[in-house]
Amino acid sequence: MSALVEINDVNFSYDQRAILKGINMSFGKGKVIAVMGGSGCGKTTLLRLIGGALKPTRGAIKIDGQTIHELDDRGLYEMRRKMGVLFQFGALFTDMSVFDNVAFQMREHTNLPEDIIHDLVMLKLHAVGLRGTHDLMPAELSGGMARRVALARTVALDPMLILYDEPFAGLDPISLSVVGQLIRRLNDALGATSVVVTHDVQESLKIVDYVYFIADGVIVAEGTPDAIRASDKPFVHQFVHGEMDGPIPFHYPGTTSYAQDLKVSV
Amino acid sequence: MMERTKLDLWVGAFVVAGIAALVVLALKVGNLSTYNVSETYQLQAYFNNVGGLKATASVRSAGVLVGRVTSITLDTERYEAKVTMSIDKRYQFPKDTFANILTSGLLGEQYIGLLPGGEDEMLAEGGEFKKTQSAIVVEELIGKFMFNKTDSSN
Amino acid sequence: MSDAYCQEFACSNLVVKELFASGVMSLIIIGVAGMFVGMVLGLQGFETLKRYGSESALGSLVALSLVRELGPVLAALLFASRAGSAMTAEIGLMKATEQIAAMEMMAVSPIARVVAPRFWAGVISMPLLAAIFSAMGVFGGYVVGVVLIGVDEGSFWSQMQATVDFQADIMNGVIKSFVFGFAVTVIALFEGFDAPPTAEGVSGATTRTVVQSSLAILMLDVILTAFMFRGA
Repeated sequence: MSALVEINDVNFSYDQRAILKGINMSFGKGKVIAVMGGSGCGKTTLLRLIGGALKPTRGAIKIDGQTIHELDDRGLYEMRRKMGVLFQFGALFTDMSVFDNVAFQMREHTNLPEDIIHDLVMLKLHAVGLRGTHDLMPAELSGGMARRVALARTVALDPMLILYDEPFAGLDPISLSVVGQLIRRLNDALGATSVVVTHDVQESLKIVDYVYFIADGVIVAEGTPDAIRASDKPFVHQFVHGEMDGPIPFHYPGTTSYAQDLKVSV
Repeated sequence: MMERTKLDLWVGAFVVAGIAALVVLALKVGNLSTYNVSETYQLQAYFNNVGGLKATASVRSAGVLVGRVTSITLDTERYEAKVTMSIDKRYQFPKDTFANILTSGLLGEQYIGLLPGGEDEMLAEGGEFKKTQSAIVVEELIGKFMFNKTDSSN
Repeated sequence: MSDAYCQEFACSNLVVKELFASGVMSLIIIGVAGMFVGMVLGLQGFETLKRYGSESALGSLVALSLVRELGPVLAALLFASRAGSAMTAEIGLMKATEQIAAMEMMAVSPIARVVAPRFWAGVISMPLLAAIFSAMGVFGGYVVGVVLIGVDEGSFWSQMQATVDFQADIMNGVIKSFVFGFAVTVIALFEGFDAPPTAEGVSGATTRTVVQSSLAILMLDVILTAFMFRGA
């Protein structure tokens, strides 16, 4: 059994509203997994459940053999030190320089002397190609650069599990493929497992090993990128090719018909 | 972010300024400088009525501050107010000293004025002023005045 | 280094940083405002006392009103709008941009890292700012009363010293400003964390911080005054 993360029959509801219904997933060690779906389908909720920020209403998530929602605060913090999370827009600390952002966890969680921290930070920044920005403030970076710095910060302590929340949101095509390639490369270099929550199909299909599709809180399709591309399931087909109408309707369902709304008789 | 040393310097200056302001308030504005750090001894006096006298009120002799009132309680055996005051060790008072409750100015604070007598023996720690004069209560004064007026008009 | 709670050294650095943000940055407004308030007290006090022929009591009037009431209360009101609102906006934005969530996911407690240093900085700087306010106010009163109007300098200071008691007046004022500093920072921090992660959410929370802290200051002042100066 080489799965690092096991998700067994996880349900989650928010104020009576079911967001996830019976999700089963298994993320193998060393893999990059994409979780895809339209906006508001519960992808981010899934990430929060894996990170232990939320508790499932039913079912369990096991990471490295430990059930996340049964850990106490201390155990959860121990677990989180082995995880890295890249937030949607990077979430860099705006009151610290790029260097201090990347050094943050090293200073908080290790006793390393400052000169070693300096070298480690430079290594991490070099890996994302931004060694030259170390004394800038986050506000001085472009969106793509900020995302790469956040990536360097995410892998600062060489985590075994890296979670990405919409890493491609709002990036230009160049930054997009840079970030995509970095996700793959960092994962392989660290021997980590990465979970990418995204709705960017084309970019993620290029870099991931396995894809899950979520719609309405259930897994509607899964498979390798090749299988997904070849899939003839209507939902997957619509999603991958970005078709306007299909199982996800273009028109928001209303209670009255178009003709009624326009007050014309047919 | 600002340089660390500069930050420390500013914050240090701020804290020093704040404490300096407190010290100025205590010494220049307040009466901390008149609080006696020198040793004191306790004396007592009983009054029929203390009027508006309060704890921390000053005790003066010939206008000089010699001590402070530390507590005012009601003695339930004598039904008189028992006033305890701490007096500077430098000042000794004869046993027949008069303790009066006086008012500074027409409407000012009340304080205890000590009028030394002529005896040779001095009051020691825990001693008592036997001769006291109570505070003048304005209502009684007015009452007396009115009563006399109506009396004489009859 | 065993856990997520920060080392003493790192924490004291954070407090220093926040002391700069809340204390040093409020210095000018507090000092200038204190001076003006003291000057007004000097002018108004003189006009009133003149009628009773007791201009010499000007010093004690200015000083007593400042150390007992105006210093702690006005300094706290200014502090709430200067530092409290900034605190709320900062934390609200940190939350909106997921910096707080990121911190939690990095196994760093936002309470130890974000809340505690700001709390201590607020509670420490408030009494210092109130003392600076009162001291500047007394100076302002002195400038107007003695230098400009010509009240006798000796009686100005001696009357002041005769009526202002170190414990009953100055220390009680310090205690008041401690309580106000506590209230303002707690409200500011809570509102920051409670702010919805939107532009309107953060601006609304900032306004609520100023309104609620101001009301809390004035209400606490009534209660504290009732206990402290009862019968005095």
